[in-house]
Amino acid sequence: MDRQRVKFTFESEMVKEPIIYRLGQDFHIVTNIRRADVREKLGWVVLELDGEKEEIERGLQWVSSTGVRVDPVGGDVIAG
Amino acid sequence: MPFVSGLKCRECSREYPAEALNVCDFCFGPLEVEYDYDTISEVISADRISKGPLSIWRYQDLLPASGENPVDIMAGYTPLLKAPNLGKRLGLNNLYIKNDSVNPSFSFKDRVVSVAATKAVEFGFETLACASTGNLACSVAAHAARAGIRSVVFIPSDLERGKVIGAAIYGPTMVAVDGTYDEVNRLCSEVGDNYPWAFVNINMRAYYAEGSKTLGYEVAEQLGWRLPEHVVVPSASGAMFTKIWKGFNELACLGLLDGVAAMSFGPDQNTVHHPAVTTRMHMAQAEGCSPIVTAWKEGQTQVKPVRPNSIAKSLAIGNPADGIYALRVINKSGGSGNTVPESDVVDGIKLLAETEGVFTETAGGVVISALKQLAESGAIKPDELTVAYITGNGLKTQEAVEGVVNPLMVKPTLSSFEEALSERTAIRR
Repeated sequence: MDRQRVKFTFESEMVKEPIIYRLGQDFHIVTNIRRADVREKLGWVVLELDGEKEEIERGLQWVSSTGVRVDPVGGDVIAG
Repeated sequence: MPFVSGLKCRECSREYPAEALNVCDFCFGPLEVEYDYDTISEVISADRISKGPLSIWRYQDLLPASGENPVDIMAGYTPLLKAPNLGKRLGLNNLYIKNDSVNPSFSFKDRVVSVAATKAVEFGFETLACASTGNLACSVAAHAARAGIRSVVFIPSDLERGKVIGAAIYGPTMVAVDGTYDEVNRLCSEVGDNYPWAFVNINMRAYYAEGSKTLGYEVAEQLGWRLPEHVVVPSASGAMFTKIWKGFNELACLGLLDGVAAMSFGPDQNTVHHPAVTTRMHMAQAEGCSPIVTAWKEGQTQVKPVRPNSIAKSLAIGNPADGIYALRVINKSGGSGNTVPESDVVDGIKLLAETEGVFTETAGGVVISALKQLAESGAIKPDELTVAYITGNGLKTQEAVEGVVNPLMVKPTLSSFEEALSERTAIRR
């Protein structure tokens, strides 16, 4: 089992989509929302994912393919 | 001993011991260092600071690592230059340049890394690591060399040669990652979670970021313990921007500024605002990566991540960790966000070099072009005391200004020289 902390950022056209529900339903991943701020034009959700490493990777690839941005918690790691 | 009382979540205020942690276990918010300011106020004074070393460690009472045996390659205490020539061009009579390009590894990163490296050694880490597009890698490798510990630096595989050499010379394990920006970012985050290394901008982040406060302290000290009316600061993650503001407010609350009465820090040390701190904080970002300034211009409270596409690579942070906090500082200080067109970045570098003899990297070009915008718009009035922060050296981004090389080509004779000189002079006429 693996555990990852990620941040999803939704643009306005994706705010209404049940991305986190589908991530839990379509992949063997347990999702646990820790903090979120969802507005009409932009939203973000910080959550913890539990599951097999490959399944989490597959799930995150799917999330990225929907247009939702996936980042590590705490923003960019790489710096100037 | 540092006067640190622990770490505190910036979002939910949960408290943690001063360990190698970067996010709150409960809400995943960022952790910030908490200080025992009551004790600090009993020992600190302008006189004590003035007797300290000529480096950031003169402010050791306000840093989260012990100044008794710091990993110090003499970062900080860089010149604050009065800039009359640039000021004349811009119509500013009271302009200063904080020239942080002359730090030991040629950028302000030495300030933050010196603190992070000192803390890493205190914690017993044997490896100092980072993911970087240039300046940070150089500084981490240099400080690890000084500390006698191993360093591992992750860089994008297409990084400019000058930056690669500038880091490699110190002997780090260098990992060149073949991937997109987001892939590099994700990999380094995973590595940080899986290896017992002191990653300066991951598990050392809370301590590391505090080093930037010294940019605020030094300007105040060099101005005779007073604050400027305006500062123009480049921004990537937004951390340095918020820490300069924090530094100004710490000095005010501790009663260290000339004619300013001390004040309690209250329950939230990181957002305290002393009414005597009236400096307007102006942020500068390049158009190709300006998520924080864009949010400010649109009146948003959130920062929308972007994919960076800018020649100012040291500012190319698309998803800035401290973006929302920096946004709040702009608003609280009555400052502004300024986007600089990519085409103006090199103009800014040249303008500073030609007027004041300071060769800065692309981030400095962004600052000078933003300063020009602020002067032209009247946001900064001619006689207002203004400081522009120059945070990196031009030798690191020479590719950006290669076009300036245009020598007179002559034969080794006086006649050839004079002919070429008269032609060039004629063209200039």
